[in-house]
Amino acid sequence: MPRRRDEMVPDAEFRSYYGQPVIKPPIWHEPHMPTYLYLGGLSGAASTMAAVARLSGDRRLEFSSRLIAFAGGTAGAAFLVAELGRPERFLNMLRVFKTSSPMSVGSWTLAAQGGLTAVGAASAVTGVLPLVGDAASLASGVTGTLMATYTAVLLADTAVPIWHEGRRELPFLFAGSAMASAGGMAMLTTPRAQAGPARAATVLGAAVETAAGAIMERRLGMLSEPYHSGKAGRLMRASRVLTAGGGLLAAVAGRSRALTALSGLAVTAGALCTRFAVLEAGRVSAVDPKYTVVPQRERLDAGRPASVPGR
Amino acid sequence: MAERMGFFTDTTLCIGCKACEVACKEWNDVPDDGFVFRATSYDNTGALGADTWRHVAFIEQDSRWLMSSDVCKHCTHAACLDVCPTGALFRTEFDTVVVQSDVCNGCGYCVPACPYGVIDRRERDGRAWKCTMCYDRLRGGLEPACAKACPTKSIQFGPLEELRVRAEERVERLHAEGMTEARLYGEDPDNGVGGAGAFFLLLDEPETYGLPPDPVVTTRDLGEMWRWAGVAAFGLAGALAACFLRRS
Amino acid sequence: MAECHPVGYQWVMEARERGAKVFHIDPRFSRTSATVDRYLQIRAGTDIVLIGALINHVLTNGLDFREYVLAYTNAATIVSEEFRDTEDLDGLFSGYDPESGRYDTTSWAYEGDTGKTEEMSEGDPRHAEAAGSDSYGARGAGSTATPPTDPTLSHPRCVYQILKRHFSRYTPERVAELCGISPEQFAELAEAVTANSGRERTTAWVYSVGWTQHSVGVQYIRSAAILQLLLGNMGRPGGGIMALRGHASIQGSTDIPTLFNLLPGYIAMPHAHRHDGLDHYLDREGGDTGWWGNRRAYVVSLLKAWWGDGATEENDYRFDYLPRLTGDHGHYATVMGQIDGKVKGYFVVGENPAVGSANGKAQRLGLANLDWLVVRDLMVVETASFWKDAPEIETGELRTEDIATEVFFMPAASHVEKEGTFTNTQRLLQWREKALDPPDDCRSDLWFYYHLGKLIRQRLGGDGIDRPVMELTWDYPEEGRHRDPSAEAVLREIGGVDADGRPLASLRELKPDGSTSCGCWIYCGVYADGVNQAARRKPRGEQGPVAPEWGWAWPANRRILYNRASADPEGRPWSERKKYVYWDAEKGRWTGPDVPDFEEDKPPSYRPPEGAKAQDALAGTDPFIMQSDGKGWLYVPSGLADGPLPAHYEPQESPIRNTLYGRQSNPARRTIDRPENPYNPPLSSRFPYVFTTSRLTEHHTAGGMSRPLPYLAELQPALFCEVSPELAAEVGLENGGWATVVTERTAIEMRVLVTGRVRPLRLGGTTVHQIVMPYHWGYGGGGLVTGDVVNDLSPIVLDPNVYIQESKAGTCDILPGRRPRGQALLALIERYRHG
Repeated sequence: MPRRRDEMVPDAEFRSYYGQPVIKPPIWHEPHMPTYLYLGGLSGAASTMAAVARLSGDRRLEFSSRLIAFAGGTAGAAFLVAELGRPERFLNMLRVFKTSSPMSVGSWTLAAQGGLTAVGAASAVTGVLPLVGDAASLASGVTGTLMATYTAVLLADTAVPIWHEGRRELPFLFAGSAMASAGGMAMLTTPRAQAGPARAATVLGAAVETAAGAIMERRLGMLSEPYHSGKAGRLMRASRVLTAGGGLLAAVAGRSRALTALSGLAVTAGALCTRFAVLEAGRVSAVDPKYTVVPQRERLDAGRPASVPGR
Repeated sequence: MAERMGFFTDTTLCIGCKACEVACKEWNDVPDDGFVFRATSYDNTGALGADTWRHVAFIEQDSRWLMSSDVCKHCTHAACLDVCPTGALFRTEFDTVVVQSDVCNGCGYCVPACPYGVIDRRERDGRAWKCTMCYDRLRGGLEPACAKACPTKSIQFGPLEELRVRAEERVERLHAEGMTEARLYGEDPDNGVGGAGAFFLLLDEPETYGLPPDPVVTTRDLGEMWRWAGVAAFGLAGALAACFLRRS
Repeated sequence: MAECHPVGYQWVMEARERGAKVFHIDPRFSRTSATVDRYLQIRAGTDIVLIGALINHVLTNGLDFREYVLAYTNAATIVSEEFRDTEDLDGLFSGYDPESGRYDTTSWAYEGDTGKTEEMSEGDPRHAEAAGSDSYGARGAGSTATPPTDPTLSHPRCVYQILKRHFSRYTPERVAELCGISPEQFAELAEAVTANSGRERTTAWVYSVGWTQHSVGVQYIRSAAILQLLLGNMGRPGGGIMALRGHASIQGSTDIPTLFNLLPGYIAMPHAHRHDGLDHYLDREGGDTGWWGNRRAYVVSLLKAWWGDGATEENDYRFDYLPRLTGDHGHYATVMGQIDGKVKGYFVVGENPAVGSANGKAQRLGLANLDWLVVRDLMVVETASFWKDAPEIETGELRTEDIATEVFFMPAASHVEKEGTFTNTQRLLQWREKALDPPDDCRSDLWFYYHLGKLIRQRLGGDGIDRPVMELTWDYPEEGRHRDPSAEAVLREIGGVDADGRPLASLRELKPDGSTSCGCWIYCGVYADGVNQAARRKPRGEQGPVAPEWGWAWPANRRILYNRASADPEGRPWSERKKYVYWDAEKGRWTGPDVPDFEEDKPPSYRPPEGAKAQDALAGTDPFIMQSDGKGWLYVPSGLADGPLPAHYEPQESPIRNTLYGRQSNPARRTIDRPENPYNPPLSSRFPYVFTTSRLTEHHTAGGMSRPLPYLAELQPALFCEVSPELAAEVGLENGGWATVVTERTAIEMRVLVTGRVRPLRLGGTTVHQIVMPYHWGYGGGGLVTGDVVNDLSPIVLDPNVYIQESKAGTCDILPGRRPRGQALLALIERYRHG
């Protein structure tokens, strides 16, 4: 597999079966899946933020973050269950643990995240068992990093060209987005004086997300087309504007409550747009046989057919 | 484990009768796939899916009409099986890949994972379905329904190693007869899925038949994905820490 | 064949794998065309031009298998000097009566043959009306065993010379100009056919309704027969002409016929005005030489099977109990009788004429004018539901409340729900077991007729008119909870028994004296030794390639008919490669892997004594034992209604002028000139396109058995037409869109499949577009998918020999978009009718 496509393939000539897709598009529904991706990222980054805040003694920010982590994780899980074809079989997800399945890893992560953030939030709200709550919150700081990034693997580990070939940047895109989301949400729910780190997280997250997206699109070459056109393109552009704008606003909002709120909402909307854009782009990338056939054909014509070393 | 069993579909012998599609549905109780006139030659099924486990493609070219019965490839390295979070997909003693419909929770993750676009979720019952190579028949010592119904031996069933040898001979013979366009597809154990358990003799590029020319099992790159995700996760933790540090 | 007989087609594929060269000649590029060596697109309705040119190619280049032709065909026979060919009369044979549109066939006879043709010499129209040709062809009516011959083939009136002259105008140029097949393509075909015929090799022809459903249908087959006889491809392994039938056991339903003019075993149905008694009937129906010379044994045995002990020599074996013909009682005559109110009741069994027969509107108008209608089918097919959903209801031509027809729908058992035999095109009877009881009220046809017969007999009295029914042997054992009559008992009766009730082994045992009974003489022996021979299932691995112990073939389990011809006149195989049935001089018997279709101990040297009858009148070198002269007939001196030789006539509806003769269409064709059945004018610019109907693998005939099944209906969910990209561009049709096809009968709508498989034909200076439509759809029938009825487009015009409709070649117009609804549809047709 070529690591880098040397040149764009302009309107490549390729053959297909009546223009029909070669692979099946992801069947995940909107808004369930993209919302889950957002909420999972939010929860993950928020729980990590809570842990760091605990360590640095930012108790107010920690409190907000714990609740955000819990709310995001719980709502996310609900969306995920609703997404299943047989929701009543949700627990089958925990029947096995399979490292070869990002969905399995993610399910266990989500389960752990959900449990830990619930304990952390409950303790924070009720004041009961503070040590247990703190321990759970700290632990969720670890699961949170996975929560915020595993979804990138979840998408990349498919045959969808725009996802699979974007596997290097997607984790950064999602991590940055999660960080910005958590920062934005924390900004909105924490008194301004205590929200400094959240603002910083918003700015930094938005910067990472924007940079990762740009790098990914450049490296994807022709495969990135869906990020530029149609619905996915519009969403992506919106995401860019909202995320970058929200990040900038966070940096300059200063004391303005309104600007802070606007910034938080903008990065949240941007993060949501990112998830919707990525999912829609994945659908387009799967449905148009060009994205499946052309790179594979190039590989064959270059005498570098795919193989599976060491398996 | 029993011997690895497979399909060799020789499209030069296919007469497009679709008996395989019908026999498959009869045996496996697969529902109809809708009544849609597609205006794509004689193909009104379109593609493999939850309700179509054998699909005959019809390709009209200048002076010929290619027909080919597609089916699940039962890959050596099966992405659907790899990514299934519930263990509903499993590898049988015949080295085939089968969905246990009583375990599948319909997460749908296998669907975009398949590099051939084979497995799909049936919205009516929310589960993923695909060819089982008639696992029940195999266990009973019978051949799959499609191979049984095929009148012209276009669909051949047997031990995969035997089929590979037979297919090589067939291609050699066709080449000797001047059909130099004949080529095998999917039989190579060194390909991106480690060799398909159902492979084909084609008369044109695979993409003409709606097949990916050089498919790869997505989980081949899973290690790389986790590595990058790990870097991003650490990066996230670090960046967040930095946000707090910078202030103090 | 791949399209309609995919299972049988495996053997064609296997033959190809072994090096056979396969050609496919068809107006339509089908799944068969996709899997052969060479596809030749032909204009629908021009096959006689092509085969005629092949015959001409063989004759002018001296490529015939001369030894075979001389010994086994009537090539040397001299024809009456009264005979005039189409060459002499510009497309007519001698004896044509322009008034009646019929031939007096006397002048076609062999020289010196007065035979028993006096009745036909009067040009008796009743003969043709009763479709006598169906049975005459094989019985060699009016011919003798030893007509005058010229073995040098040089006599100007010998068949060989007549043939040469007749076919001389069938040239590759005419093929190009009429069929649309280029001289190069023709040369390749001619080379392949001739190179693969002779001592060492044989060529087979396979046809189906694409050859029969024409106003010249019988002559299509005749042209192939001539070619195969000239090339020595009859009676030999790998040779022959195979008729692919349209349904399972259609062969069976001609052997034990559902045809109005035949009794079981191709015995002519007696005629009310021509036959006075058994002797008179036997005397008139056929010659005394050849196997038909034994017909008294066959007819008497049949009468014994039907009326048992009551049939005696004294009462003519109850010959007078048989129904009599008074004329044409064929399908289309019956429908016209319905419209005219002359036919009051109608049994429709496993058929769907409202969709499957030509001119669907006429069919439905007939149905709507009945007193009662019985439909037996698996589903409520369109023929049973016409009163509420026929297209004529939509147009207002029929109103449900005005239709007085009482419809009885009788649900039928499917083939897995009853036992019995299928007889396939190879004349092979294969017994099948019942897998399960039919559901609910569904019953087998056997059950239905048996119990109907019982009920009728309960209601009849002792009047003389009732006696034929009351005295029928109607005593089959009843089985199971539905009291099904035993199908094996019926087969046993068909297979024949002697006076003591012991099953007969062979048709040779049939006696003319009433001591044997047999329900169908050609099936005699199917129950030999008291064993159901049709149920035999010895795997092919356990017997030779001829597999004589799989099922049972009529007659006498012979797998290749006329197989005496697989040996030379001296009885030696023509070649080691094509060795089949041959004379073993030591044992004094014919032998080989098949049952000889010949008297096993008649030596090649046998010559008939003067005055010999039946098979004794045929020499040891006469393989075609059903013919009165034992010869394969290149020229047919009697028995056909439209000529002793095939001649090309254009279909009734054609956009092309017949450039071979001054006659455009078959002069003897049967037209039905009535308002219900208008014809498109020939060469009409209003109907510039040729259409032909077809079938798809995914469906079965009129769709009653396939449209209700989701697994089949989804594979071909909609009626469509196949058109070339050129025609699509000319008319403005879009792939996947809608089109309306118009004829004088009606207009129907369908989806469009634009495909390069259909190509415009360049005929000389003109281009002809052909439109192909599968006919499986209808307006109801319990179908999951419905569509307009393609046969509503077809006119009723019939072959004069067998009354089959010309549904494979007609003319039409095609428009983009859907058809008008209701009255507007009638208005559209009116506009077309008046140009």
